[in-house]
Amino acid sequence: MNTYYNPEDLKKFGNIAEFEKNLANKFFNYYGEVFKEGALTAREKSLIALAVAHAVQCPYCIDAYTVDALEKGCDEAQMMEAVHVTAAIRGGASLVHSVQMMNKAKEITM
Amino acid sequence: MGESIKSLHSRHSELANGYFQLKVLSNNSLSNHHEVNFTEKLRESKLFPLKPTQLEIFQINVGKMCNQVCKHCHVDAGPDRKEIMTKETMLLCLDAIKKSGAHTVDLTGGAPEMNPHFRWFIQEISKLSINKIIVRCNLTIILANKKYHDLPDFFKAHTIEVVSSLPYFTAGRTDAQRGDGVFEKSIKALQMLNEVGYGIKDSGLIINLVYNPSGAFLPPAQHALELDFKTKLKANYNIDFNSLFAITNLPISRFLDYLLESKNYESYMEKLSNAYNPVAAANVMCRNTISIGWDGAIYDCDFNQMLDLKVASSTNHISQFHIEELQNRNIVVNQHCFGCTAGAGSSCGGTIS
Repeated sequence: MNTYYNPEDLKKFGNIAEFEKNLANKFFNYYGEVFKEGALTAREKSLIALAVAHAVQCPYCIDAYTVDALEKGCDEAQMMEAVHVTAAIRGGASLVHSVQMMNKAKEITM
Repeated sequence: MGESIKSLHSRHSELANGYFQLKVLSNNSLSNHHEVNFTEKLRESKLFPLKPTQLEIFQINVGKMCNQVCKHCHVDAGPDRKEIMTKETMLLCLDAIKKSGAHTVDLTGGAPEMNPHFRWFIQEISKLSINKIIVRCNLTIILANKKYHDLPDFFKAHTIEVVSSLPYFTAGRTDAQRGDGVFEKSIKALQMLNEVGYGIKDSGLIINLVYNPSGAFLPPAQHALELDFKTKLKANYNIDFNSLFAITNLPISRFLDYLLESKNYESYMEKLSNAYNPVAAANVMCRNTISIGWDGAIYDCDFNQMLDLKVASSTNHISQFHIEELQNRNIVVNQHCFGCTAGAGSSCGGTIS
């Protein structure tokens, strides 16, 4: 079955260098640096990546960072809480704009 | 309630047979990808044929009987397993330990404590010039029957180093792998071990825990996970322990069954072979360990034992134990060995690189 998303394509991520090597190399070097243990632990970064993966709704990233979070020692409850953070920020981002709606409504109504 | 787990043996599964497991592991048709051969990997790392280093650890599997039936068990242990080491074989082991030059004796099972000669055997090993005796205790055995309640005192009396599995610091993950109620009993048993001094600073009594993934993924970094376990177990249950060993699940026996049933086999094998680490390969435990089966047969490791891959030596039974000949052998390897060489590597003592 043809779909827009093929799980096998995730393994081919590195192949983006085929069309533009220089920028791809720079990106992957940067990517590797970002996920190294630093002021944040590798596990904290993995949970952030998992939450962002849900925000940008990237199936490749969700697959990759579900496995990565488990391999960093996270459990299911921690992973689901991370996704609730995504949901709270996404939901909150919609709701906080309602202040603008309220402002406008008040501006033009008696 | 989780599903009840039965041994492959009691289910009359083909996977109960080591030869059949090896057939599955070498079956290229299972994979769409070009199968990477472990022997070839070792050759590339200039480690083939794999040779023993100085023998340090004399590991004895005293039987397959166990009070638990864990989902990932590489021994296919359980209450239905009757294979138990006899006292006669134990006497041969005592003699071989003396000749071996090993500094550590590592007792495993099943639940080794269920062997009726277990305590006698420990007492006899204690009389030998051995630095360390390890017992791989599943924790719940301590609470399984009144006759086992004094095991913490017995371990203490012989300064046994206890190594126990606890897949996670929560009940859900632990029980999913080891059976319903195992987490609660394991916590109680750890508290009993702490009470007699195990894991307590300066007591000289060591209790190490073993983490292994509850599924088809690799273990986390050992040190980071150990800190987590220490914090959570102390805060939630006032439990102390010494070290955490992060161990990779090898694709054999019940874990192989899980991989096949859950359709994770191919991706897991690919993951293991992609994560091949030559540094870990140089430090695999079969190089400094010898493994004795319940019937006295000699193996390179406990995993080869479960696949019935005896040592490639004319002396492959404890009754013929000959250390010089064994040290000259080539270690038997197969596709399951990718489990010990993936990432930071894996052994009965945790990561190896």
